Amino acid sequence: MRDGDGLVGRTAVELAELIRTGDVSAVEVTAAHLARIEALDGEVRSFLCVAGDSASAAAAEIDAARARGDELGPLAGVPVAVKDMFCTKDLPTTAGSRILEGWRPPYDSTVVARLRAAGAVVIGKTNLDEFAMGSSNENSGFFPAANPWDTTRVPGGSSGGSAAAVAARFAPLAIGTDTGGSIRQPASLCGVVGMRPTYGRVSRYGIVAYASSLDQAGPFGTTVADTALLLEAMWGYDPMDSTSIPSAPEPALARLEDGIAGLRVGVVQELTEVEGIQPEVRAAVDSARNLFEKAGAEVDIVSVPSVEYGLSAYYIIAPAEASSNLARYDGVRYGLRAEAPPGREFDVAAMNAATRERGFGAEVKRRIMLGTYALSAGYYDAYYGQAQRVRTLIIRDFARAYERFDVLLAPTSPTTAFELGAKTSDPLAMYLSDVCTIPTNLTGACAISVPAGLDGAGLPIGVQVLAPALGEAVLLRAARALEAGFAFTARPKLGEEAA
Amino acid sequence: MSVTDWETVIGLEVHCELATETKLFCGCPNDFGAEPNTYVCPVCLGLPGSLPVLNRRAVEFALRVGEALHCDVAEKSIFHRKNYFYPDMPKNYQISQYDEPVCGNGWLEVGERRIGIERAHLEEDTGKTSHVGGGGGRIHGADHSLVDYNRAGVPLLEIVSKPDLHSPEEARSYVAELRGVLEAIGVSDVKMEEGSLRVDANISLRRAGAEKFGTRAEVKNMNSLRSLARALEYEAERQAAVLESGDAVIQETRHWDEEAGRTHSLRSKEESHDYRYFPEPDLVPVAPSAGWRAQVRAGIPELPAARRTRLIDAWGISETDAGVLVSTPGLADFAEAAVAAGATATGRDVTNWVTGDLTAHLKETGAAPSELSLPPAGLAELVKLVGDGTLSRPLAKEVLAAALAGEGNGSPAAIVQARGLAQVSDEGALAAAVQAVLDAHPAEVDRYRSGEDKDRKKLRGFFMGKVMAEMKGRGNPQVLNRLLDEALPTNS
Repeated sequence: MRDGDGLVGRTAVELAELIRTGDVSAVEVTAAHLARIEALDGEVRSFLCVAGDSASAAAAEIDAARARGDELGPLAGVPVAVKDMFCTKDLPTTAGSRILEGWRPPYDSTVVARLRAAGAVVIGKTNLDEFAMGSSNENSGFFPAANPWDTTRVPGGSSGGSAAAVAARFAPLAIGTDTGGSIRQPASLCGVVGMRPTYGRVSRYGIVAYASSLDQAGPFGTTVADTALLLEAMWGYDPMDSTSIPSAPEPALARLEDGIAGLRVGVVQELTEVEGIQPEVRAAVDSARNLFEKAGAEVDIVSVPSVEYGLSAYYIIAPAEASSNLARYDGVRYGLRAEAPPGREFDVAAMNAATRERGFGAEVKRRIMLGTYALSAGYYDAYYGQAQRVRTLIIRDFARAYERFDVLLAPTSPTTAFELGAKTSDPLAMYLSDVCTIPTNLTGACAISVPAGLDGAGLPIGVQVLAPALGEAVLLRAARALEAGFAFTARPKLGEEAA
Repeated sequence: MSVTDWETVIGLEVHCELATETKLFCGCPNDFGAEPNTYVCPVCLGLPGSLPVLNRRAVEFALRVGEALHCDVAEKSIFHRKNYFYPDMPKNYQISQYDEPVCGNGWLEVGERRIGIERAHLEEDTGKTSHVGGGGGRIHGADHSLVDYNRAGVPLLEIVSKPDLHSPEEARSYVAELRGVLEAIGVSDVKMEEGSLRVDANISLRRAGAEKFGTRAEVKNMNSLRSLARALEYEAERQAAVLESGDAVIQETRHWDEEAGRTHSLRSKEESHDYRYFPEPDLVPVAPSAGWRAQVRAGIPELPAARRTRLIDAWGISETDAGVLVSTPGLADFAEAAVAAGATATGRDVTNWVTGDLTAHLKETGAAPSELSLPPAGLAELVKLVGDGTLSRPLAKEVLAAALAGEGNGSPAAIVQARGLAQVSDEGALAAAVQAVLDAHPAEVDRYRSGEDKDRKKLRGFFMGKVMAEMKGRGNPQVLNRLLDEALPTNS
């Protein structure tokens, strides 16, 4: 029990129990994971910042609390990797952007505060596409993270660092944000579970904003149970977020094993037949369908016709909101400030422009331009207005589907992990990675990606379960049924060749 | 042709800082005059990750204004983001309202006319920039700039009139009336000089009788009612001159320069911003319940127009005096409190003092009535001292001045006591003084005896002056007059 290898790779549920019973200390658990990060993250580059001292101190505090006989939180002593979109007052927060390099927020995001209150040990801040804009992690302002299954491939994005960290067993749990699939797509590509809760279920307070009407934080784990455990520590009403849902969530973890007999499952036709879908991904959806039936569900095909417009609507709405959300990075108050070149003087506008020119990467600039254009006088209605109408249409189509079905089934990503650099010169091809995940963001509902096996190249495949808004409990139960059916136990061989 | 051949069309945008305890979207104090950047938090600094939460009290104040201005109060209104870059705006967008404001379509009675209210909407204020070094506080030539974000996020209600105002004087009366309403319903401290009430004016001219509006200019930076009227007069004449000479008025923003007494161009329409308004995704719609709105409606106090009518009826004062009382912030409250405090203080007496010496003092010092060192009860006391003959009017003015200067701890009676000013009506003492004066001036008494009416009148004034001097000004004039008449020789 005392060696690092015995502690890493365990589930959060197991670790929490071992720490609660005193079989292991929180300090040992944290040390084991820090050691693994130290040894192997050079290859994966999943962390922008490893918490080291503050993680050890937090773990020691958990051990001291236990020694005092204090009641321990549900995540006491469990390491959690935090996407660098969440404000943390003891660690720099960059959103993966040079423009925020070195910035230390004066406050914790609500989610991080709740995790700490639940006893979680924040082990580090994970890599991501700059301001969560991307599907491969290659838009990180610092360096791209790699996929632990094959470090020549991408981990997905934008929460690629969080997905990779969990897949590499650097932490049993991680949190991310999902604006267009940024939790589910990397979870799929890295062979872990990743969930996007209902919009408003998890507080956005203290999460660097990308697209406010679509952003939602969610959990990563290696199992559905771990994911549910983490979700329950994150969610719930927060008066600091006006879009937070006031009603108390229905418990999910306790009902996880209740089974799905009689559950009505609809396979979304348009998403399983999406252009460019890898045959093995398609086959995994078919397997999932069979597993659902075996577990007692009733499965049928469902058409959601407007879903094909989701990508277009998303790439208007998200950049429009982003163009406004990112206006505050101007060099005046915090983060990068560009200095005037020798012999020249800047006025404020020139300083703003030079700061943004230097601080933002190409994809961020592209989306700011797109969004600024879409909101311009004379174009607003044709772009932003039209995109909102499409959004309404998609919401209506899904509502119709949910009249007949309790949950829906679809691929998470049309393909498994692609090679680093494969799509960086073709933004539209990159955008297509999110075609199956974006509809959930537009409708404000919840969805989860569950590992479904490996493709011929030994890369993980994920399938996606979707549920209507506030359907987390049934969503997780369905995901648990798939997990039991797929019995996915493979792990990346990271570091084993060297050993 | 001249300015009189043109009809002036004015619409006003009044920005009113709401007197809530806290800012519009966070819990920071909404207060004036603190050390720079001390009333700030992640939300009003627009730090990454922060989110706005709407202040319910600010909405309630907006509802009150809506009720007082007879507006249609929206069952549902939403916030928009107004996007533009400026260093004193932490997010580089302002959370404001656009096409679904909280109040629409109302009116305010000004004199005999009903001035239309287009809308009233909630928005957050910006910080304040100051330019340091060089240019005398102006940006040009300054060495660097400093920004104070204490004001960032302070709630503003922008009240937009219809273009119903037809003269600078009417515009001034509209703002004075509106200010009275805002004060009466307790939503703002309405101080134009401190910027808690800011007025921008849209002004254009058209040929008398024409229907189509002329091209308008927006005039900013008027920080008193007087400068509003001056700026609009200047601008109307400037536009008339432009039009007379056959040129066209340019649609632009113009800055009022109080010292120079003129407006100058700030930016033209072509350079104006595209604000890229879109619905604020971080906030939910404002949907005040019917119950809440009814509660607000029931809580609307007496408005200035009704108050003027009541005071005229109850106190028998003039319309002008009632106007002064009600339109000066805090003055009618002061007067009513004085009347309530003193059993013998009539509304008319109190009004005379309040609209006279007291108002002069307020104008001179810039103080608010509530800040005076003489409380309403003190004024009631003064009125009583005059009424019961303790003080003559000239002495009462002296006592009032002393009280306003901080003497007597707010009590005129204490000042009278301390300065020994009480009027002497004791006949024995007064008669002795009269006799002493006559004894000391036998020659004058002789001349009086033999003099013509004209000389007698003059000499009588001389004796009276001497007696008053003997009494150090405190002799009761009525009693003295009688005693002097008795003591002076009759026409022989």
